[in-house]
Amino acid sequence: MSTTPSQPVAEESQRERRQTIVNDFSIQVATPNGSGSQSSNNVLMRSIFQMGIPVSGKNLFPSNIQGLPTWFTIRVSKDGYVGRKKEIDILIAMNPQTAREDVENLEPNQVVIYDEPLKLAKIRDDLTFYPVPFTDLAGQVISNVKLKKLVANMVYVGSAAELFGIDMEQVEAAIGKWFEGKPKAVDFNVKAARLGAEYVRDNLEKRDPYQVKSMNATQGKIIIDGNAAAALGCLFAGATVMTWYPITPSSSLCETLIDYLNKYRLDKDGKATFAVIQAEDELAAVGMAIGAGWAGARSMTSTSGPGISLMSEFVGLAYFAEVPCVIFDVQRVGPSTGLPTRTSQGDVSSLYYLSHGDTKHLVLFPASMAECFDFAGRSFDLAERFQQPVFVASDLDLGMNNWMADPFDYPDKPYDRGKVLTAEDLDKVEQFARYRDVDGDGIAYRTLPGNDNPRGAFFTRGSGRNEQARYSERPEDYINQLERLARKHRTARKYVPQPLLEEPEGAQIGIIAYGSTDVAMPECRDQLRQEAGVETAYYRIRALPLCDDLRDFVERYRDIYVVEQNRDGQMADIIRLEVGENSPKVHKIVHFNGLPIDARFISDAILEREKSVGN
Amino acid sequence: MTRKPPSQKVNRLGLPMTEYKGLPSTLCKGCGHDAITSQIVKAFYESAIEPHRVAKMSGIGCSSKTPAYFLSTAHGFNAVHGRMPSVATGAVLGNRSLVTIGVSGDGDTASIGLGQFCHLLRRNVPMIYIIENNGVYGLTKGQFSATADKGAALKTGAINDLPPIDCCTLAIEMGCSYVARSFSGDPKQLVPLIQGALSHQGTAVIDVVSPCVTFNNREDSTKSYPWAKEHEELLHQIDFVPHFEPIEEVEYEEGESKDVEMPDGSVIRLRKLERGHDPSDRRSAMRILEDTRGKGELLTGLIYVDPQADNFFDLLNLGDRPLAQLGEEELRPGPEVLDEVMKSLM
Repeated sequence: MSTTPSQPVAEESQRERRQTIVNDFSIQVATPNGSGSQSSNNVLMRSIFQMGIPVSGKNLFPSNIQGLPTWFTIRVSKDGYVGRKKEIDILIAMNPQTAREDVENLEPNQVVIYDEPLKLAKIRDDLTFYPVPFTDLAGQVISNVKLKKLVANMVYVGSAAELFGIDMEQVEAAIGKWFEGKPKAVDFNVKAARLGAEYVRDNLEKRDPYQVKSMNATQGKIIIDGNAAAALGCLFAGATVMTWYPITPSSSLCETLIDYLNKYRLDKDGKATFAVIQAEDELAAVGMAIGAGWAGARSMTSTSGPGISLMSEFVGLAYFAEVPCVIFDVQRVGPSTGLPTRTSQGDVSSLYYLSHGDTKHLVLFPASMAECFDFAGRSFDLAERFQQPVFVASDLDLGMNNWMADPFDYPDKPYDRGKVLTAEDLDKVEQFARYRDVDGDGIAYRTLPGNDNPRGAFFTRGSGRNEQARYSERPEDYINQLERLARKHRTARKYVPQPLLEEPEGAQIGIIAYGSTDVAMPECRDQLRQEAGVETAYYRIRALPLCDDLRDFVERYRDIYVVEQNRDGQMADIIRLEVGENSPKVHKIVHFNGLPIDARFISDAILEREKSVGN
Repeated sequence: MTRKPPSQKVNRLGLPMTEYKGLPSTLCKGCGHDAITSQIVKAFYESAIEPHRVAKMSGIGCSSKTPAYFLSTAHGFNAVHGRMPSVATGAVLGNRSLVTIGVSGDGDTASIGLGQFCHLLRRNVPMIYIIENNGVYGLTKGQFSATADKGAALKTGAINDLPPIDCCTLAIEMGCSYVARSFSGDPKQLVPLIQGALSHQGTAVIDVVSPCVTFNNREDSTKSYPWAKEHEELLHQIDFVPHFEPIEEVEYEEGESKDVEMPDGSVIRLRKLERGHDPSDRRSAMRILEDTRGKGELLTGLIYVDPQADNFFDLLNLGDRPLAQLGEEELRPGPEVLDEVMKSLM
């Protein structure tokens, strides 16, 4: 049969593939805010995870307590892609307010599971509809009106499990985990899930291609959000004074840390080895952190953009007076109040230069759960080593969404407490001068209040000073101090987390990204390679100041694309300053609609420019 | 020929008064703040506080410069305008063994810093908070602060049209457990008040009227030196007996004096004048402040004290060891803790 053309076979297999798409799709659940869908969405995601399949979960929610629309998206990806996927494959429509629009926005051939009374099937004929009477079914489990609404959500978990082949045992295990210690809640939620599954089995016929099948890609992995990961990092980093003022999306970092501290940081007498203060505002929060850092305690605060703005004056003081503290910025969309519950990387330049005068800070950009944990620890070391505020720039996507991760490694390095002179040390030095560059690295030696060697005392202030920390308005003293601070900043290039590079053979263009944008990179680079034959080199920035090898990286490639989530390309501007004459090579790819960046957006943007310039 | 130096008087620690001094003042000659500085030096000397155990905190303004002028071997922190309370709170929590004294002005406390001042008091953070109150901004050359009297006039001719904030009334309202008022020209009263504050285990506020000789020393100003001198109404005469001195017999007649025992065993001895005010009675304290307001009196003395009030350390369940001195072994939970958390997330 050598004459048989091969094409029909290929078409056949393609159709088959279309018939079953295994472990590669996204589910979006649309519910009203405050309707208790967090539990069911979590259970749904966890059930798939427990089957060994890579998942990620993103919660898109409004700045509101109850009633407005929320969407939770679960991405199932056999390839382990965890970035946002723009297209929704399966919609679970529970919110009457948005149901029509949600359905209208779907691509053809997609799937809609919906609450039957919404009558959505009439809207379009190019989709697969599965009506399920969720509320009625919930009524069979519980009569209490308020609980019925909550339970209705667990019914859709059961229905989805039945439709896509999610193991019911895993669903029940996930329910058990979520409602741990509340046997009653476990009981009626399991019943609800079973009813949902039963209804589908008895009444509906599967007409869509999506299927989950057990894999072995999540063994030993955890599910965590970035704020919890950072909180854990702070716990092990020895955070002792934690001050905060509630602000979305950073509050859960503090709240989680408080839980951990209360559980794991009491001494043998039951006394706290930490102090947590909910301050009256962000100014007080950072002021307290600075006071504690000055006294020698590992101190921190956590906030988001508007809080960063308020902290500006104090941060300038801590930079100039050289006082350590750690500030987490879980970024959200600005300017001003902006979109409080949407994600962004819009604080990059404000963090780097925060406050008046010539100030430059250390900023770390975690891009994964492991780095949220690890950089929390490193930030305390850096703050004490460099005696200045250190920012950890996370964002809402990392901080508040659910991510799959490897378990964290126990820290293997002792704390770096920096250059602190004890009373005995002071006896050995000829003269203690608080602001003298003894070692040539720009970092002076400090003493802590309470040091009982009278030579150790000095006066901390934000005004001009000489090397002995005495008030001075002399031009040469001021220049001397400002230049030392600049030298210290240059030293930091070698101490901050170094960039990660991937430079495959044949790459002519380079991509630079940082923070949560990195999540989309493996997928985007695969797309460029597989779909357009474009090989890319990749440079991931992990901190500011930028490291020395950045210039060489930019030099090596024909064009450089800096991908970030803000309007102005803030990091690209910082890079352009750094690379001087090579700056025309640096192109900005910016995504700033408040949703996490997706791979397709980046690859399209790169290909479009590549085509337009004839490459 | 060598002359034998005169033997220097020393305190219980064997330290002379000079150990409690600082750099020469750069404030205007005759500034009330310098008088307060002298009383701080004296109080710390007499109470025999080791200078290196002291943290001197301030914000911005003339008053905030003064920590440089006392206790030169203590660590000082001149923070930002109005926000010394938060820095002091952090410092105190970082190292609870520090003796913390904050010096602030009326602008620093009652205008830009009003919020932080109030919250410091709510928390009862163990520290002394001295307000050097002259009703005017000195460093910016003479604008009204929030404690200036309504209708008061400045050199420039400007008239204040807003009512003043009374820092003592506010402090009691905010839950402060040691509230006193004094006058920089009354060293006899101010020293024991500072000593009492040193023995207090919560926030101790001392509002000191301290005339600005350059911008607010007009005859009609209630913050001027002559006015304060003429209108000062002593609530009581105060002695302070530190914990290391034997408490002498009460020399006053029965019913005329009151001893306030501090938690460290020291005693604030108040000899009552005709008002018969009991400073442990919060309502009476509010009333006496209210009564004298508007009467044109400068009421001075210990207005309110509650030596037993829970402080911020109690509230936070802190151990005795300063947090700043805890080592990695106390601060970093073991690998089993990380393991336990990781398992719960799998």
